Amino acid sequence: MDELLKQWIPNVMAYKSRFLTSLSQTGQMTLRSGLIAFVIGLALGVILTVCKKDGIRPNAVLYRIIDMIVNLFRSIPFIILLIFLIPFTRLLVGTAIGVKGALVPLVFGCVPFYTRQVEAALASVDSGKVEAARSMGSGTLGIIFRVYLHEAVPDLVRATTITAISLIGLTTMAGAVGAGGIGSFAINYGQNQNHQDIVNVCVIILLVFVSLLQFLGNLLSRRTTNRGLFRRGNEK
Amino acid sequence: MIEIKHLSKTFSLKGRTVDAVRDVSLTVQDGDIYGVIGYSGAGKSTLVRCLNLLETPDSGTLTVNDSGLITVENGKIYHGENKQPMKEKQLNAMRRHIGMIFQHFNLLDRSTVFENVAYPLKYSGMSRAEISARVMEMLQLVDLTEKRDAYPSQLSGGQKQRVAIARALASHPKVLLSDEATSALDPDATESILALLRSLNEKLGLTIIMITHEMAVIKSICRHVAVMEDGRVVEEGSVYDIFAHPKQNITKHFVASASALNRVDKLLRDDSPLVRVNEGELLVRLLFSRDSVGDSVISRISRDFGVSISIVLASVEVLEGAPLGGMVAVLKGDEESVKSALDWLNKHHVEVEVLRRG
Repeated sequence: MDELLKQWIPNVMAYKSRFLTSLSQTGQMTLRSGLIAFVIGLALGVILTVCKKDGIRPNAVLYRIIDMIVNLFRSIPFIILLIFLIPFTRLLVGTAIGVKGALVPLVFGCVPFYTRQVEAALASVDSGKVEAARSMGSGTLGIIFRVYLHEAVPDLVRATTITAISLIGLTTMAGAVGAGGIGSFAINYGQNQNHQDIVNVCVIILLVFVSLLQFLGNLLSRRTTNRGLFRRGNEK
Repeated sequence: MIEIKHLSKTFSLKGRTVDAVRDVSLTVQDGDIYGVIGYSGAGKSTLVRCLNLLETPDSGTLTVNDSGLITVENGKIYHGENKQPMKEKQLNAMRRHIGMIFQHFNLLDRSTVFENVAYPLKYSGMSRAEISARVMEMLQLVDLTEKRDAYPSQLSGGQKQRVAIARALASHPKVLLSDEATSALDPDATESILALLRSLNEKLGLTIIMITHEMAVIKSICRHVAVMEDGRVVEEGSVYDIFAHPKQNITKHFVASASALNRVDKLLRDDSPLVRVNEGELLVRLLFSRDSVGDSVISRISRDFGVSISIVLASVEVLEGAPLGGMVAVLKGDEESVKSALDWLNKHHVEVEVLRRG
């Protein structure tokens, strides 16, 4: 097996440990920034939905502020955002390089996109359901958790999948601030040293990652449509 | 008792203002089934949403059972005689005492029937066992116990509305607001939902406010009705009286839509051969109220007065359990006997309206 791989992808095998480090860096960046972005994006999406003009707690000022910030960061290309945020990143986490330094721009690059996705998912919840919940005496928090987030789960799963995939794309650019990862591996060891097999393997690995993610997302989204996230059979 | 006084609500849509509700005052007695009818845009939905303050009126006062006096001034809600600003918590508590059902059911699609009905009970301090017992009791009431684990997508429209009714009544409200609850249902399901509402009204003493644009719904279960047009209540009264004596044009339209008695107006408008009369004949509309239905008046006048009667149209409605009959007929005879026949009818509680003279 080892022999065969050495024959097919000699350069990848030559830089095997670097290759594995890159994979782990990409994984770390995706997971850690994804987790933070998930929480922040979800929160901002909920706030936008709730504070909308015909939302359950209209608040024009808060809405406009978040709306503006989201639009602002969405319009900055990520590679520019990376370097633009360097001073801020240093202030926040003490360093602007490496995986740690890449987390801040990754979150900033991902949150606006995810916020919009969440907002769209929550907007698809029928306003009649919200009205019914209000008529039953549910307060703002009750409606957010028991109606909006509860009913939108399949759409939120889809939104999260799309965002996670685009986040993997963003992490490949994080090499620009020395965060490593599969992107910088492909450029530094593949493209720059003219090792096509390295580039090819990177593409295949990413393809597998993304397909797997999409498959899981689709599965989960289908499974959560019109039923509980996890079947509970103990209420009999 | 539900009491609304001088309630007004204006919407501003893109710089245009729409007076959805204009100075409406209404009283609904406990245990009544009160209909509000009007065309879409008449303001009936807004009016009923003001009752549980889903919609904040601009001004007016309202009392819903033991909610205490609620005063609204300039879109601010005050509570009690000494007008304390009403808090969100108080509003939510009040809404729990008023059930509401909707045209499109508005069930949570990702929750089972059981979970939907349990919705208003959760986080209300009840134990799991208490909630479960109450939910099963409600499902029994609407006859859906075997569907407890089904999802709304697996139910028919009528069944969905039953779940919605169970959900709306789970927290023991004394009032149920029904916003076009049967408008999305087929005739059979409509019939069964109306029968269910009627039985809940009797069994639980539930006060029901029915919003609808279908007079048939009003006819079938309501005791009182208010007719709305352009944000105003233009006519109000017992369903029987409204059907017997509609005053406003819009009311006449609605009554005609649900009763054969007024179909003659259309025949007259179209000048149908059915309602053409010859020289010396008289086309009349006779209205038999609960006091005269059942008397053999027709045979009496033809026998005693020598007036011949040919019936064009006749029907009997049962409203609030009492019959209301109507007939359109052509009378023929000499002038004197026709006149005394009509007098006799009047004396015997038959209303006579001469539609055409030959």
